[in-house]
Amino acid sequence: MERDKHFVLGVYEDEDVLLAAIRKVRDSGIKIMEVYSPFPVHGIDEALGYKRTRLPIAAFLFGLLGTSLALLMQIWMLGFDWPMIIGGKNFASLPPFVPVTFELTVLLSALGMVGTFMVVSDLKPYKKPRLMDIRITDDKHVMAIDLAGNKMSKEDIRKIVGDSGASEVNDKDFE
Amino acid sequence: MEDRPVCTNIATELIDTTVVEMKTDNTMTEEKFSFTSGAKRQISITGVVGLVLLVLGIVLSMNSGGHGEEGHGDEEHALTATEQTLEASVTQEEETHAAEEDEHAAATEEHHETATWLKRVYNSLWVNNIYFTGLAIIGLFFIAIQYAAQAGWSVGMLRVSLSMAHWLPIAGILMLVSWFIVKGDVFHWTHHDLYEGPHADDILIGKSALWFWPLEAGGFPLFYILRMVVFFGLWYMFFLWIKREMLAEDLDGNVSHWYKARKYSAIFLVIFAVSSSVAAWDWVMSIDPHWFSTMFGWYIFASWWVNGLAAITLIVVVLKQNGYLSIVNSNHLHDIGKFIFGFSIFWTYIWFSQFLLIYYANIPEETIYFIERIESSQYVWVFYMNLSLNFFLPFLLLMTRDAKRHMSFLKIVCPIVLVGHWFDFYLMVTPGVMKEEGTFGFVEIGMLMIFGAAFLFVTLSNLTKYPLFAKNHPMLQESLHHHI
Repeated sequence: MERDKHFVLGVYEDEDVLLAAIRKVRDSGIKIMEVYSPFPVHGIDEALGYKRTRLPIAAFLFGLLGTSLALLMQIWMLGFDWPMIIGGKNFASLPPFVPVTFELTVLLSALGMVGTFMVVSDLKPYKKPRLMDIRITDDKHVMAIDLAGNKMSKEDIRKIVGDSGASEVNDKDFE
Repeated sequence: MEDRPVCTNIATELIDTTVVEMKTDNTMTEEKFSFTSGAKRQISITGVVGLVLLVLGIVLSMNSGGHGEEGHGDEEHALTATEQTLEASVTQEEETHAAEEDEHAAATEEHHETATWLKRVYNSLWVNNIYFTGLAIIGLFFIAIQYAAQAGWSVGMLRVSLSMAHWLPIAGILMLVSWFIVKGDVFHWTHHDLYEGPHADDILIGKSALWFWPLEAGGFPLFYILRMVVFFGLWYMFFLWIKREMLAEDLDGNVSHWYKARKYSAIFLVIFAVSSSVAAWDWVMSIDPHWFSTMFGWYIFASWWVNGLAAITLIVVVLKQNGYLSIVNSNHLHDIGKFIFGFSIFWTYIWFSQFLLIYYANIPEETIYFIERIESSQYVWVFYMNLSLNFFLPFLLLMTRDAKRHMSFLKIVCPIVLVGHWFDFYLMVTPGVMKEEGTFGFVEIGMLMIFGAAFLFVTLSNLTKYPLFAKNHPMLQESLHHHI
């Protein structure tokens, strides 16, 4: 079966029921593709067994890049390209470079983090959103299970999801 | 606190009650800290060793005949043709510096020649006064911040912070008494001949009202002493009020105590904002009476605050490792770790703001402060160590999430910050008092150990007097469920 096409959706009314259901469903060997909820639910990352994000590493590296670029730029400009005496200081004296270096570090770190996040999450302008169920924007939590990612039959999955406390179990197919 | 809406979801209600019951069984029973005789002995030994080191240091210092003369001012300045302006400004600074030293020498001849070892004792006495006063007042300030911000996460740490504040009255008395002992050597402006006669100093005459008002300049510094008494008095008063409400809450569980504590906290914060700043000018900045910096109040506060946070964290971590404070988990440690991380950067920001403006403006009367510290072999290592211990190490060590959540990391970073900020205060005080004779040796280590042992003894023995966490605090549940 093709990936990312055919889903079983469990609809839940309450976040505590949802958390219990996630554990139950995962314990029975089903792989959950994603859970959609209208508001942040505490403890959902642990329940889904998500690994911690590696975004901070990207942030650190982009920050390092910002620091180096800022220092290189200023040392090159004020020390080599157009040396000027300012306040009797050395051409390339470090203390006045600190504010600019700090700002560029923060800027590149932040922009780099946003960029990395968008690339990793496959977010881009004009991307057509794929909505599992319109009610996740209002008051329902939806657990999406990709049929291609599971060996179990559709009926078994529907049964387990239904028994876990879902108020509805729906099918969703994308073209 | 407030009635819950009746129509809450039944499932939530059920889960909430089970959690509360579970917690009631495990941790809600009153927990008390017992200050074991072993710990008491260790702390006493530290104090005694400190005393021995102090005496040893004094004896050594007396025998060495005082000071190792270090060449200063005759350093070769390598200059290129393009650095003429720089040369001019440096020469100017050197001259100002030399002139001031002559004047100091003249002033000391007039009075008495205090032996170097005694000056070292006075100096380290004053450094530790400032340092431990800071720890005590931050104990109260931390509580006040938590109440004013209506914070729930910190409930488990408030009692540790409260017991640190018990040092306040002792700090006040120590500072007042030792001020009269050290004043001639630590505070240059106290010499009466600076205000009239051949040594009259126009700058100090201009500032004299700050210290001597309403009495005659050069006499008894009434305004100065009054401020010291009033600040400690106010801080102690608010400490007693807030403590009273915190402990009364344990007995009757009435939420009104929390509201009262919040009110006192808010008033205290306003008072502290002004008094900590003025205290910084009085107790530290006036050691270099010609020099001034508008960042100084903030600078002292930043140093005190991050240092106090490190002390609270370290005590909490050690308590946890001894089986206490099970309600403080890695989520709470993460929060206070972020505090230390953030305020280490804040301290650096303040430090740098002060440095950069003085460096760039290059006005001799301002640059003298940093010249004394960087161009002197006695202090230059402290200057760079200050930045490494208080910025680079906490910044790099606490950057990751795991570092803030694990006690082993916090147990490395907190002592670094505590030592780093001791040297921060050492660097603020010593060059002004000791000039070129400043050293770091047994006298300084011994005095620090005596103060440290006394502070720890007072803190821990007061921690035994009340439960380790407030079982009736209205935000205890919030703290138990805290999750980040």
